[in-house]
Amino acid sequence: MTTMQPLLATQKLCKSFGDNRAVNAVDFRVNAGEVLALIGSNGAGKTSLVNLVSGLYRPDSGRILFDGRDVTDQTPFDRIKDGIARSFQIVNLFDQLTCAENTALAIFSRDGKTRRLTNLASRDHAVWDEAHDVLRRFNLDHTAAMRAGAISHGERKLLDVAVAYALRPKLLFLDEPTSGVSTREKAPIMDIVSSIVRAGGITIVIIEHDMDIVFRYSERIVVMHQGTILADGSPDEIRANDAVTTTLIGTHPGGESAVAGAANA
Amino acid sequence: MNTPPFAVPSTPLPVAPSADVHSTRKILAWIVPVAIFLLAAPYVIDPFQTLTLTYGLVAAIGALGFNLLLGYTGLLSFGHSAFFGTGAYTVAFMVKYLKVLSMELFLAGSALTSALLSVLFGFVCVRYTRIFFGILTLALSQVLWSLAFKFFWVTGGTDGLRAPTPTLLGMPPGNDKMDFLAYRYYYYVLGAFAICTWLMWLIVNSPFGKALQAIRDNETRAEFIGIRIRRYRLIAFVISGVFTGIAGALWAPLNGLASPDILVWTFSGEIVFMTVLGGFRTFVGPIIGAIVFTYLKTYAIGFTVYWQLLLGTVLVVLVLVLPTGIMGAFETLAAKWRHSRSKVA
Repeated sequence: MTTMQPLLATQKLCKSFGDNRAVNAVDFRVNAGEVLALIGSNGAGKTSLVNLVSGLYRPDSGRILFDGRDVTDQTPFDRIKDGIARSFQIVNLFDQLTCAENTALAIFSRDGKTRRLTNLASRDHAVWDEAHDVLRRFNLDHTAAMRAGAISHGERKLLDVAVAYALRPKLLFLDEPTSGVSTREKAPIMDIVSSIVRAGGITIVIIEHDMDIVFRYSERIVVMHQGTILADGSPDEIRANDAVTTTLIGTHPGGESAVAGAANA
Repeated sequence: MNTPPFAVPSTPLPVAPSADVHSTRKILAWIVPVAIFLLAAPYVIDPFQTLTLTYGLVAAIGALGFNLLLGYTGLLSFGHSAFFGTGAYTVAFMVKYLKVLSMELFLAGSALTSALLSVLFGFVCVRYTRIFFGILTLALSQVLWSLAFKFFWVTGGTDGLRAPTPTLLGMPPGNDKMDFLAYRYYYYVLGAFAICTWLMWLIVNSPFGKALQAIRDNETRAEFIGIRIRRYRLIAFVISGVFTGIAGALWAPLNGLASPDILVWTFSGEIVFMTVLGGFRTFVGPIIGAIVFTYLKTYAIGFTVYWQLLLGTVLVVLVLVLPTGIMGAFETLAAKWRHSRSKVA
């Protein structure tokens, strides 16, 4: 555990849906510059926690501190301006618009240009150049003129991250960036995402079920279970944590745990 | 996926401006002949046809405004008669109570009143989407209709209020009303139509217009790239209301009367009809739809007393056969033709 000022910290954060305590007094911390994986079984509260931090949900109680400031009562708009961005578990794109327009819209919005009513969007060369540059970085340049609804699922997942990346955030949540993607495509997608995001000095929190991805790309792992944090540590510490291995992830039919299997891979 | 992440393609990517130049040429190829026809119309068609065309152009301004909400923001309003009626009644009130006869002042007054009304309605309505939005706009417009209907000492009740021929750019209308409407007023409306179409084209192609399309496609994602959904919807609602209000103001002297008929919900239905008829997914669809609808209605009324039945049948056939409207069908046919031509080549 480091004593440096965290980029993000939640204090006793709570959120319930009826009787279900999705997030239960969670103290979650993300340090600047790290790649953190948030794991846990379905219903553990990972996405709810991200929804709370990104502003999609309002917490029942607790505080959210970002960059040393209390953002608990801020709107998603203000949090984005402060530097929190996210991708979505189920891809969220503007399907009728082209991939270039999807990315350009994030840039227009970031620069406060979407308030302009009488300037032609197509004439803003700086924005379009940057939009194409972002697509090129994500290997999506060939999709620039295609509608976002017409590209493959793997490309849509990448575009979802590219749109969030175009906001130039300080903290980027990637909610299952490889879900629904074939095993063969997962690593290339993560290679692209992690190299670009790391090169940009962006702090990332990855929610992921694939343990190979988690142990390969993250520097720290936080394990959630039933709305609380079960474990928090380096990949080696999580690997050695029996509680995580036995009670959370379970074992393969062969007896070897998924965590251990991933560790040995 | 095998290309390194930072690889730069050897050829430059097509950027928007080059596509812009291409589409501008394509647009000009359509606009020039249409503009020549519209400019020559009073001299090549009879005055009755010119008058019908004037009604069509007025309706087109209203439909353009309406489609900013339906086609670009994804909100179906059933209450646009309120803004159209406000524009028309503003003209009648300005004549009755302020003794004003200037068309420019009518337009300024109508833009102001419809803007105020749409801020008020929009503040309530844009909190909701889909059926809730539609029903709210319908309910609020009906409130306005009942006010116009009941407060007869102010609004003239079912008799309505007179809207006499106005001065245009300070020039008096003259004694021959038909001559005034079929020539000078036609060109005035044509000028207003051209300005409104250009303004709306700018708006929908601006970053703001793109943001509206983003909201239409995916509200959650739009919010998470930093677009203030409710505020943008409200601005779109107000612009839409002002355009429809201006259409109402231009319509009043043409009709000579502002009556509660144009505030009732069925009139909102006509605006929806003309937009769907033309195709709400294209920019020019509502313009085509408004003009076609105006001619259709004019001739249907002359043809049979059951003209509503005829229009209803057209609507049913339209939804079943041309769900994307006239322009949508035209684009599909054009795409097929291009495809077959490229295959032959």
